[in-house]
Amino acid sequence: MEFPILSLMLAVPLAAAIACLFLGAQSARMLALGATLFDLALGILLWANYDIGGAQWQFTERAEIFAGFSYALGIDGIALMLIMLSVFLMPICILASWDAITKRVGEYMAAFLLMEVLMIGVFAAQDMFLFYIFFEAGLIPMYLIIGVWGGDNRIYASYKFFLYTLLGSVLMLIAMMWMVNEAGTTDIPTLLNYDFPAGAQTWLWLAFFASFAVKMPMWPVHTWLPDAHVQAPTAGSVILAGVLLKLGGYGFIRFSLPMFPEASAQFAWLVFGLSMVAVVYTSLIALVQHDMKKLIAYSSVAHMAIVTAGLFAFNVQGIEGAMMVMLGHGLVSGALFLCVGVIYDRLHTREIDRYGGLSINMPKYALFFLLFTMASVGLPGTSNFVGEFLALAGLYKVSTLVTLVCTTGIILGAAYMLYLYRRVAFGEQKNADAAAMLDLNAREWIMLAPIAAAVLWMGVYPESFLAPMRQDIAALETRMARAAPEGDSQLKIGAPKEHNANFVAAAHEAEGAH
Amino acid sequence: MSFASSLYFTGAEVGLSLTGLVLLLVAAWGGQKSARMVTILAVAGLFGAAIFSMHLFDLATSEVAGRAFGDLYRADAFGSFGKVLIYLAAIAVLMVTPRFFDQRGAYRPEYPVLMLFNAVGMGMMVSATDLMTLYIGLEMSSLSSYVLASFLRQDSRSAEAGLKYFVLGGLASGIILYGVSLVYGFTGGTSYEGIRAALEADLSTGALFGVVFVLAGMAFKISAVPFHMWTPDVYEGAPTPVTAFFATAPKVAAMGMLVRMAMEPFAGQVEAWRQIVIFAALASIVVGALGAIGQQNLKRLLAYSSINNVGFILIGLAAATPAGVAGVMTYLAIYVAMTVGSFTALLMLRDPMGNNLETFADISGLSTKRPALAWCLLALMFSLAGIPPLFGFWGKFVVFQAAVQADLVALAAMGIAASVIGAFYYLKFIKVMFFDEPTRELETESPLGHWVVLGLSVLVISPLGYLLTIPLGQWSAAAAASFTAAM
Repeated sequence: MEFPILSLMLAVPLAAAIACLFLGAQSARMLALGATLFDLALGILLWANYDIGGAQWQFTERAEIFAGFSYALGIDGIALMLIMLSVFLMPICILASWDAITKRVGEYMAAFLLMEVLMIGVFAAQDMFLFYIFFEAGLIPMYLIIGVWGGDNRIYASYKFFLYTLLGSVLMLIAMMWMVNEAGTTDIPTLLNYDFPAGAQTWLWLAFFASFAVKMPMWPVHTWLPDAHVQAPTAGSVILAGVLLKLGGYGFIRFSLPMFPEASAQFAWLVFGLSMVAVVYTSLIALVQHDMKKLIAYSSVAHMAIVTAGLFAFNVQGIEGAMMVMLGHGLVSGALFLCVGVIYDRLHTREIDRYGGLSINMPKYALFFLLFTMASVGLPGTSNFVGEFLALAGLYKVSTLVTLVCTTGIILGAAYMLYLYRRVAFGEQKNADAAAMLDLNAREWIMLAPIAAAVLWMGVYPESFLAPMRQDIAALETRMARAAPEGDSQLKIGAPKEHNANFVAAAHEAEGAH
Repeated sequence: MSFASSLYFTGAEVGLSLTGLVLLLVAAWGGQKSARMVTILAVAGLFGAAIFSMHLFDLATSEVAGRAFGDLYRADAFGSFGKVLIYLAAIAVLMVTPRFFDQRGAYRPEYPVLMLFNAVGMGMMVSATDLMTLYIGLEMSSLSSYVLASFLRQDSRSAEAGLKYFVLGGLASGIILYGVSLVYGFTGGTSYEGIRAALEADLSTGALFGVVFVLAGMAFKISAVPFHMWTPDVYEGAPTPVTAFFATAPKVAAMGMLVRMAMEPFAGQVEAWRQIVIFAALASIVVGALGAIGQQNLKRLLAYSSINNVGFILIGLAAATPAGVAGVMTYLAIYVAMTVGSFTALLMLRDPMGNNLETFADISGLSTKRPALAWCLLALMFSLAGIPPLFGFWGKFVVFQAAVQADLVALAAMGIAASVIGAFYYLKFIKVMFFDEPTRELETESPLGHWVVLGLSVLVISPLGYLLTIPLGQWSAAAAASFTAAM
């Protein structure tokens, strides 16, 4: 048996979480940082040892210690990338809370470490019920993080977050039970290739959709997100935007698409419709926000709509694009929340009008903020460009109309992000207290610089991130091919010409020589 | 089927009865000062009975179920499982009781003796295979319960609870008795096997009425909607340890009695009783959840929570399959751990004067005053709400899975969607403890006995509880198999 690296990745933060409950503030911070860094190291080890082009499921572990389901772990390329995203953001979250959180630090760090355990668990679970347990359990630490350490209206936000997502998820459990009863196994890799009757797929798909659409979140069930984001502490927002929103997309990739291809095709236009509304509508809402966190939260909904549209394009480009948007958005929106957190820690307000002209007194901060703003807009050379381009290209094969509407999201994205940046960083220094703020300190440098590097890396050489996922996405496309909808472009591919297109010109040249 | 083997199979009840009688004499002569010793001996007696039931459980899975006294009583795996739960719950309650009454100077040796007789009655309820035995067991348990509810004689709330419980419990017993007489009249027998054979073919209208009345009376005993009205009042008024007892052991007994009734004498007429059970299940889940939302008193809240939980348990029964019965038993085991833990935590909430606290205002900011207690309560509440990875989720999981396997997908979907309403008030519990500011002084130390009970129950409902899924599943399956074996 090979080394159980995934279990170790779960065990380390879990042990640290329990220890944190009993430690004082400073030692809890150190321990949490140490544990998350150790998990990051393990994650890098995982990536380094991942055999690209090898078996579909790697690092598998299995132990029959429960009745009714197994402790089965294993990852493919898609899960690997999302686990990397989680372990990468975690130490940054701990750093972001270093000074901002002063009360009940041990419990706070414990909640975050628990969150990390559950997120890795969700992505690594190979058993459907084990997945569900990890998926649902994430509500508990997040409820506490928002409720105990959140802003003024934290109680309303924590309730809304919890009940909304719980209501979405419970029907999925019933659907899972039905599937297990029908297929006779809880093993996800086996279920991926089980053909459920088309009539049942409809109901199963809807039950899963209820859960993933809320997590994603898709319009019109997105309303919990702005509340949760605004009230959560900075690190809570980072983890919410960075990883928790990806659970919905991951769910679509892992369950809805491969397990119910016919139903997915049947409902593709529902998804497209909701995505189109979301892109335009939430972008317009973002345009009029006065609260920075709320603006970024609405922009998340718009970006996630591009993910869902890309996923239901049923082709490789669309899905690869969706994955890249998820990874890119995880980094960029996380970084934007950190940027908000940096100035929030200094002035304790998220009101956009209270700032202005920060590029004068905080030039380094303004530089980072600009980079992440541009990445959010989808400037070529940054992570989001790759994803959005691929997703829209994939979508274009299916529907010109949907692509057209979704692309306006990029224009509107540029509008609200640049407008935000202008109001915060440029213009005159109208508020004396904002003008007196100090530039980034060393801790904030350590937080933002790695994300900036990753954003650029993903934008310049996306191959590193696409390579591990390529085989799995191709397998997914093959699985769904039988239900793939026909594109509306109806390309007519003629017979290949005898010569190159510039052949005639060459002949003229030859004549001219005479 | 000799007399000796009959005595052997009823060993737990016989032993507890003798212990109870002897301790009654001790209490009569020893007076007030013997209270502590009587309690310890009662716990020892219950513990012995639990061990003996476990022994019978092993026996019952290997051999044919042990019939005693003709066909009045059967010591099978189902009965043994139920009895072990009942005895353990009674032990846990006895461990946390004396301190509560001592504070009021009201602890008396009769208390443990009443518990013993109650336990005898409850044991008979889960093992009875004849309507007469069943009724005797039921009344024995009920009568001691009425006295326990009004044990704080000077307290008007306690007396009121006892009276309410007595009147409504008497009404329920009357309804059951009426149903029993109808069933007897239309089937010509009181033994479960005889009734089953008589009901094998068509169900006459008279017998149907009998079935409905019996089920209605039992719904009273398990406090299922629409016969739940007594629960909040009695739970609030009764002394807290007695409430803890009512919410656990008698509930297991009544549920065991209902399951055996449904799966043995009425097993041929599943369609007749299933719709009643489905209605009661969904109504209990919804009413239990909605009723709890406005409550300020924690005991009242937990009363609604128990109504809510009964609804989930009934979903397992509605499946009417061995998997469903196994689900019911697993749920009951987890439910007992959660409820004992919650009430123990409640008993540990006292102000510096030693008065017990029981409203939301009192636990405000508990997490800063008494973090360990608050974290235990957090785990218990999330577990009651059925949020994984806590073990309460597993109870819901098995009953819903049984319902899905029995093709009751719509019932499962409605039940689980309604469970979200319930999550709301469990969240309120956590919100008050963790998000609000502390308002009042609390007692900072609790006795070891309370911590042991609380710690063990929290250990069971923690994620570590999932390691129990395999043995718990085997025991529940063996318990459920006793019905198929008997048929």
